[in-house]
Amino acid sequence: MELKTTIWVWVALALPAAPLWGDPLTPQQRGRAIAEEADRRHRGFVDTTANLRMILRNKQGQTSERELRIRALEVSDDGTKSLCIFDTPRDIKGTILLTHTHKSADDDQWLFLPALRRVRRIAARNKSGSFMGSEYAYEDIAIQELEKYTYKWVRDDLYDGNDCFVLERRPVDQANSGYSRQVVWIGKAEYRTWKVEYYDRKGDLLKTLTCQGYHKYADRFWRARETNMTNHQTGKSTQLIWSDFAFDTGQNKLDFERSRLTLLR
Amino acid sequence: MVFSAWMLGAVAAGAGEWSGYVSVEGRFFPHEPIYSGQEDHNGSIAARPEYRHDWEDGSSFTFIPFARLDSADSERTHADIRELNYLYREDIWFFRLGIGKVFWGATEFVHLVDIINQTDLVEHIDGEDKLGQPMLQFGISPNWGHVEVFIMPFFRERTFPGRDGRLRDRRIVDVDDPVYESSSEDRNIDLAVRYSNTIGSADFGVYLFRGTDRDPLLAPPSRIDPADTDDSRLIPFYQQINQFGADLQVVTGNWLWKWEAYFRSGYLQDYCATVGGFEYTFFDVAASGHDVGILSEYAHNDREDGGLTLFQNDLFVGARWTPNDAAGTQLLTGFAQDLEQSENLLTIESSRRCGANWRLSLEVWLFLNSTPGSVLHSLRHDDFARLELSYYF
Repeated sequence: MELKTTIWVWVALALPAAPLWGDPLTPQQRGRAIAEEADRRHRGFVDTTANLRMILRNKQGQTSERELRIRALEVSDDGTKSLCIFDTPRDIKGTILLTHTHKSADDDQWLFLPALRRVRRIAARNKSGSFMGSEYAYEDIAIQELEKYTYKWVRDDLYDGNDCFVLERRPVDQANSGYSRQVVWIGKAEYRTWKVEYYDRKGDLLKTLTCQGYHKYADRFWRARETNMTNHQTGKSTQLIWSDFAFDTGQNKLDFERSRLTLLR
Repeated sequence: MVFSAWMLGAVAAGAGEWSGYVSVEGRFFPHEPIYSGQEDHNGSIAARPEYRHDWEDGSSFTFIPFARLDSADSERTHADIRELNYLYREDIWFFRLGIGKVFWGATEFVHLVDIINQTDLVEHIDGEDKLGQPMLQFGISPNWGHVEVFIMPFFRERTFPGRDGRLRDRRIVDVDDPVYESSSEDRNIDLAVRYSNTIGSADFGVYLFRGTDRDPLLAPPSRIDPADTDDSRLIPFYQQINQFGADLQVVTGNWLWKWEAYFRSGYLQDYCATVGGFEYTFFDVAASGHDVGILSEYAHNDREDGGLTLFQNDLFVGARWTPNDAAGTQLLTGFAQDLEQSENLLTIESSRRCGANWRLSLEVWLFLNSTPGSVLHSLRHDDFARLELSYYF
């Protein structure tokens, strides 16, 4: 009886993973399945908030900082809505970036300028542009929608003592992305992203992202508390330090609408 | 009164947060002034502190005073309460009581439909600085859009440069002696209701405004009192209007389409005004990380009754350069051409951050060509460069 139960538990555990190692899978199918699983584990937070400190370093090592608050809301059948509220630098304090990501259409994006109390729409095809002068492009900082890439499993690898899948993903919107491809190290244990290499349109290595300080929140969500993006072509880098993660906090859905941006802080 | 006292009490209690800026500004006019009394250049200092307090339930209190001290123009030395209000929020509705600031509109070169707040013209000729408007604002967001109602019990008069100031007409606007169509004068209760929504990639709004026109008609005193033949003054006349306005922004790929229009019916004339255009952005030009935007707008106005509108039938072209650098550098240049008269003007606005707390702005306005009798003609010697250094805290 006990043995049977144990076997069933093992079978149940093995089942969802089985297709990943099944012979008939092509590298593309396998890559997609790994990305889906990572996405599934990342989601389901309903809404989330976090504080973010960005430290920008130039080639000479001089730094400048930005502090912002992030709020995000999952939309049941289409993408995510997010708010970036700036606290520093002081001249842009109160500036808010509102983004509605969509699974297949172009994202919608608005900028609230507090001095004029004005909300401006931004052409959100601006994927490759720098986010606030940092080494993160809009497409790096946006919440990753599964449908925006095609995937291929490349190999398995050991990264910093973690067994990893190495995936290659290519942006579907080739014309507007800054990248030809990205290579991603995803840990086999918890499907956490450890490293991403970004290759520019010419195919040369442009940037490397590394993630560390993973912590498990709300008993299920792994989030990195520090990420570093290094630009190999310019020698600049940007460090992100995340804190105060919270999940399913019961945020007002209307806060994520353009017409209500003037009410936020 | 009791309400203001309560608000100031809330500030004194000091549970909130102060921010804002102080700035030093110089305006340099290379040409000799035309009109007697005008000074050559001016320097000024300004402060705009900002106090905010937020409560757990999402309601908040805001206090933003503003003051400027100007070396040349006593009218430009002025103070205002930009905001002093309490915001109360429930899930789908809110109200705001006190002095507030609201912006409506979409276009870049002309702001036609923006009507709630009066223009603080003495601050800047671009008309983007506004005076605080006392109001009760109520908003509700059902699932079919967003509705706001405004009740505005006090009217704010437009500010104008004084005798010593540049960027004015030969005749000085007599701001101490305005004339109102309404018998309640500046206590007329103005009303506005606006509906706005986002559908797909389009943001739009429509509104009705009933009350005191924010744009005064400027008349020689003899038009009010035939015996007053003083030719050195203009009297601002504030009519009562009904205005229907609409604005639209649509994004398609790298294109941003913008449009605003209103129909205004008033004391002297009913007329329409409209402005529309686009901004096309070249992102990451030549893999430099820089964005370059090309803008063009066309503005048309049927008004013939001596309004202040600079742009009757004008084409604007401009370019925006955003290098996306750590200093947040911005540059916007615009050229306006009147399509009926050979009038045009060129503007350049740029700014960048210096260190963590400073911002340096440089602006240039060139009034290139004008025809006698027009508003621009009186500014023909007033080309200027404006340099401003602000400290944000």
